[in-house]
Amino acid sequence: MTFDPATLSAILAMALATYLTRVGGLWLAGRIPSSGRVRAALDALPIAVLVAVIAPSATAGPAEIVAALVAILAVRRLPLLAVVVLAVACVVALRALGG
Amino acid sequence: MTETALPARHIGDFRAGVIAILPLVVAVIPFALILGANGVARGLSVSEVVLMSALVFAGSSQFLAIDLWTHPAPALSLGATALLINLRHVLMGASLSGKLDRFSSGGRLLAVFFMADEIWALAERRALDRPLTPAFYAGLAVPLYLNWVLLTGLGAALGGLVDDPAAFGFDFAFTAVFIGLVAGFWKGRQSLAVAAASAAGAIAVHALVEGAWFVIAGALAGVTVAALTAGPDKVEARP
Repeated sequence: MTFDPATLSAILAMALATYLTRVGGLWLAGRIPSSGRVRAALDALPIAVLVAVIAPSATAGPAEIVAALVAILAVRRLPLLAVVVLAVACVVALRALGG
Repeated sequence: MTETALPARHIGDFRAGVIAILPLVVAVIPFALILGANGVARGLSVSEVVLMSALVFAGSSQFLAIDLWTHPAPALSLGATALLINLRHVLMGASLSGKLDRFSSGGRLLAVFFMADEIWALAERRALDRPLTPAFYAGLAVPLYLNWVLLTGLGAALGGLVDDPAAFGFDFAFTAVFIGLVAGFWKGRQSLAVAAASAAGAIAVHALVEGAWFVIAGALAGVTVAALTAGPDKVEARP
């Protein structure tokens, strides 16, 4: 077990920062109205966050756009793991074709 | 946490959580191995990599930190970067907060420690159908957490086993998993407007601004559209 003091403090700073963002939401939730437009915004949050995370990588190039469309079409018909395998196979094949 | 509930019910909820998280546990394996290997390549020890995964437990900010790592480690800028890339968790935690009424106050503080994107998304998905229980949440958190800590450590111990994830398409597994998660929340035309705004905001900011701002920008664009297009039934119901 080797721990460099600077590395240790960097890890602790990252851990503290991350926990603050996670616990900050609990604090915020008690201070915002639980209905109306704020409610509508929070209800939409899962889709808004998930789409924002993947939008750049899903549109990085033609191979990624096609693979993302394949995943979107497959997602209602296949279990999640099968969708992942299909999309990964698709992106690998198309990247190989595209050079 | 209700002491009067049957233990069998807890076990059933825990198992349902484990089953829900399993595809994500598998999808995250290559990333964990790569993160560990990159960490060692950047001069961290195996135990430092394990400690980071155990205390931070946030994939995207760990990848970014390893990318930015120098020696001696700049604690302040790495902490600030983690704060920025994880700002979305404030919104996510605020949303999840209303679904944690089965949790004790200590349980809530513990639960949010494990609030990685995948766990949060599946917890929110569960709350659409039935009350979110601590047992179900634990079923999500325990496998993903142990898997992440152990496999980042394994990646660090093995070194450059998978040095180019894109060559195997592993980088796209994460994208596909998130497409699957989005489908679980889909509610027709209203969702399409939110997703379109979020994608447009994220892609534009990603192209123009360095760093992780695109996630929070896209998320804010999406929720703004949701707030603006909320039907009168939602807007009139004030507390």
